[in-house]
Amino acid sequence: MKFAFRTWLAERLSLEPLLHLAQKKEVPVHRHTFWYYWGGMTLFLFGVQVATGILLLLYYRASADEAYESVRFIMTQVEFGWLIRSIHSWSANLMIGAAMIHMFSVFLLKAYRAPREVTWLTGIALLGLSFTFGFSGYLLPWNQLAFFATKVGADITGDLPLVGGFLRKFLLGGDQITGGTLTRFFGIHVAILPALATALVGLHVYLVQAHGMSVPPSVESGGAPVRRMKFVPNFVLRDAIGWLAALGMLALLAALFPWELGVKADPYAPAPPGIRPEWYFGWMFQTLRMLPSRILGIEGELVGILAIGAGATVWVIAPFLDDRQGRGARARFWTVAGVFAIVYIVAFTLMVYMGGHR
Amino acid sequence: MKRREFLDWLTRIVGATVGAFVAYPVVRYLVPPPTPEAATRRVVAARKDEVAPGAFKIFPFGGRPGILIRSADGGYRALSAECTHLGCTVQYNGANKNIWCACHNGVYDLEGRNVSGPPPRPLERYDVHVMGDEVVVEKPVAK
Repeated sequence: MKFAFRTWLAERLSLEPLLHLAQKKEVPVHRHTFWYYWGGMTLFLFGVQVATGILLLLYYRASADEAYESVRFIMTQVEFGWLIRSIHSWSANLMIGAAMIHMFSVFLLKAYRAPREVTWLTGIALLGLSFTFGFSGYLLPWNQLAFFATKVGADITGDLPLVGGFLRKFLLGGDQITGGTLTRFFGIHVAILPALATALVGLHVYLVQAHGMSVPPSVESGGAPVRRMKFVPNFVLRDAIGWLAALGMLALLAALFPWELGVKADPYAPAPPGIRPEWYFGWMFQTLRMLPSRILGIEGELVGILAIGAGATVWVIAPFLDDRQGRGARARFWTVAGVFAIVYIVAFTLMVYMGGHR
Repeated sequence: MKRREFLDWLTRIVGATVGAFVAYPVVRYLVPPPTPEAATRRVVAARKDEVAPGAFKIFPFGGRPGILIRSADGGYRALSAECTHLGCTVQYNGANKNIWCACHNGVYDLEGRNVSGPPPRPLERYDVHVMGDEVVVEKPVAK
């Protein structure tokens, strides 16, 4: 009976090609296999974001008069509301952390090389989307910290040459942060970005399947044939252990450090001390803060923004600049660049939290 | 039991347990917390000169609509404006001197008694006090 139903369902869904793909898929086993888990980890945390985000939508109200109160309602009145919201906030941060680990490991293992340049580009676009998710979601509780962090973020956007003024206005839906901005950020956060992210995640995961897992050049040139393990069930079960650990970690963080709500935003109150962006913007924030006000007669902030923009551009097109196959001097240069980027970002992020004031 | 079977079962049990631990808070979260019944017993329904004789006004009363009717002689009466049939908001029909619900043609008299159409019960009546410049509507104390 059970068997007959399965056959019936399989005929209707015609999942054969997918099942075949899942059974055929293999993962290389070598000393860097550990880094293969971080893409799946990011995807898992994205799933947590989608699930908890949908739940938050049931009680959240996107208006300047009600947003703060509705989040307070979620945190204090709704059963397990504190848990759902805290997991949403913590998981957002862990997801960006996992995505960054994934990106840097891909970079250092040269997994962006041909034919995976487009996979790299879609991954970078997804990280950019994640930052936009974080920036737009940060404002939604409509508290004082978020209000001013958004103001600072929007003003930095406004400093961009040529397009800055337009972008700032486009982002805020006007010249100031108002209830209209909140509605706009809400729409961006729960409709526009999820639609884009779903499409891009689909493309990214498809490309990973199409090209298979990349074997690092250092392993490939070792001579010995690379061992492989089955994706289903061997790799998936290992993935699942990581996800289970992440879920436990989220529950622990949410229970021990529930996400704070703060004070309701008041556009006519002075900015409170300790305004700072989410940690993943911290290194940029710190860089801009440490620049002198004028460099060679140009506004220091602008120089900083342009320099960060130039660095990010080089980072994005690295697959096209790197040695396509080899392990020569050019390849070594990119390894050094990757390590430098990691050290720079870690150091400047830490400075934000260790009182690295000017 | 073979080792493989044992591990299969163990995986299922662990999976179901984790699933239950995730599902429990989610299900509890989905059930909305009880909102206390609006404690409003008294509300300023209108200013004294706001409603002309023979006219009416719908006013909010503890989150629900009430209807304030001023008769031709200038007297006030107030009732719940929620039709007892399916909850539409009723209106005063000055021509027929009755209260009428446009949704399913329910008719009440000015005392709130259901006289024709589908409404099963009369409309709840409220007390009206004119206090200075304000028309105050109050729920009568339950007897």
